[in-house]
Amino acid sequence: MSAPRFWREINQRYNLVGTECGNCGKKYFPIRSVCPECHRESIGKMKKVKFSGNGKVFSYTVIHVGSSMFQMQTPYIMAIIELDEGPRITGQIIDCETKDVKIGMPVESVFRKIGEDGKSGTIYYGYKFRLMK
Amino acid sequence: MRDVAVIGVGVTKFGELWDKSLRGLIVEAGLEAMHDSGVTSKDVDALYGGNMSSGLFVSQEHTAALIGDFAGLASRHIPATRVEDACASGGVALRQGYISVASGIHDVVIVGGVEKMTDVSESLATDALASAGDREWESFLGVTFPGLYAMMARRHMHEYKTTKEQLGAVAVKNHRNGALNPKAQYQKEITLEQVLNAPMVAEPLGLYDCSPISDGAAALILCPLERARKFTDNPVKIIASAQASDTLSLHSRRDICTMDATVAAARNVYRQANKKPKDIDLVEVHDCFTITEIVAIEDLGFVKKGEGGKASEEGLTALNAEISVNPSGGLKSKGHPVGATGVAQAVEVITQLRGEAGKRQVKNARVGMTHNIGGSGATAVIHIFEAI
Repeated sequence: MSAPRFWREINQRYNLVGTECGNCGKKYFPIRSVCPECHRESIGKMKKVKFSGNGKVFSYTVIHVGSSMFQMQTPYIMAIIELDEGPRITGQIIDCETKDVKIGMPVESVFRKIGEDGKSGTIYYGYKFRLMK
Repeated sequence: MRDVAVIGVGVTKFGELWDKSLRGLIVEAGLEAMHDSGVTSKDVDALYGGNMSSGLFVSQEHTAALIGDFAGLASRHIPATRVEDACASGGVALRQGYISVASGIHDVVIVGGVEKMTDVSESLATDALASAGDREWESFLGVTFPGLYAMMARRHMHEYKTTKEQLGAVAVKNHRNGALNPKAQYQKEITLEQVLNAPMVAEPLGLYDCSPISDGAAALILCPLERARKFTDNPVKIIASAQASDTLSLHSRRDICTMDATVAAARNVYRQANKKPKDIDLVEVHDCFTITEIVAIEDLGFVKKGEGGKASEEGLTALNAEISVNPSGGLKSKGHPVGATGVAQAVEVITQLRGEAGKRQVKNARVGMTHNIGGSGATAVIHIFEAI
């Protein structure tokens, strides 16, 4: 049996773990082994960092034609979130109406099922976001 | 470095071509280009084939050797190389062909581009296209390819007050041009009301803000400029070629309303060609979505950042206006068989520079540009051509 292909990054998907460059202090998500600003100077200095999961909506869309794993969920909201620590991240916004979302709104991350490989296949989990009350 | 000319072009009809195969399409375009150029298979030294995802669309990899085989070139044992950079595969294949001729390694090169997208369902095609973004950190989480461009559009509307009507003006203009192109998938004009009332794909982008899923192929024959007259009376010179890259995922970009890869490649081509944006008579830009054309004309320097929507609405980009943008109808109306697109853009520009574009001819066209994007802007490849 082969390993499920989307389990490789599982820790980062559950815990929003990224990296911080020990040279310039800039934070990244997902994990990188080289800082795009400091290049060679950053090698060996990239440290793991856990993000709070809080941020703001940077941009968003309501998806009406989904890819195969998401076709049954349409319409659903996808967004680019700017985390409080700096990096931007793509994720679904849930537990609200599609018309409720605006650029700049504060959000928090939640742990949810993302999808599955068919009816009896592997279930994938990860982060989604919801609007802060 | 030697000067390089394009001496032959070929392009199939674009559309839902259920009676044609991947190999059938590219061989049709390739033979047309060879016939147009006057070269024979004995003259051809190498083949570069742009193709994004024949593996996902028709379960066939190793596409370049296949093309060479069914073009009758297997017995000549020429190098046949597939080039893949998502939707920029065709433009990058052209650049690889250009580099190989300019360097002196090859003399006569055939550049092809092909995609056969309609053999799979809409959701599988959506999956395949999503592989041009970051599978693990974008599409896995539910964002589609139109969804990425929708977020670019939403932010552009937020920062620059771009409107849905301005986006729609791009689609209306490109359909008006495409109606004059006998190879286009949609040879039909549309109204702004139709665009605005179309079903949503990824808000704020509706069906008419999106290029279609298409089958099609295109091909070019390149050779050193000094040998071009031996084959043809109307060679067109490639006066600049540049390619640039950026982060694969949209969320990691410095600014999601600017494609820094386009800006970098544009700076490079203008320098190589010693031209400014105002020297360009026509440009085929990568309008996979209406927002993409607006961002492209800004990043290529035809208008200031943030003014692309206004310029489109005011008609500055129409056929024979300030700058003729997408006289072919663009990806929106001509169709977007992804691996073929970059090559087909060059076919259009060369047809225009030869004065053979019929009803959609740009008047006094001397200098033309192609702009081809991969993914949500992680690859940009730009060429400038000049009539000689």
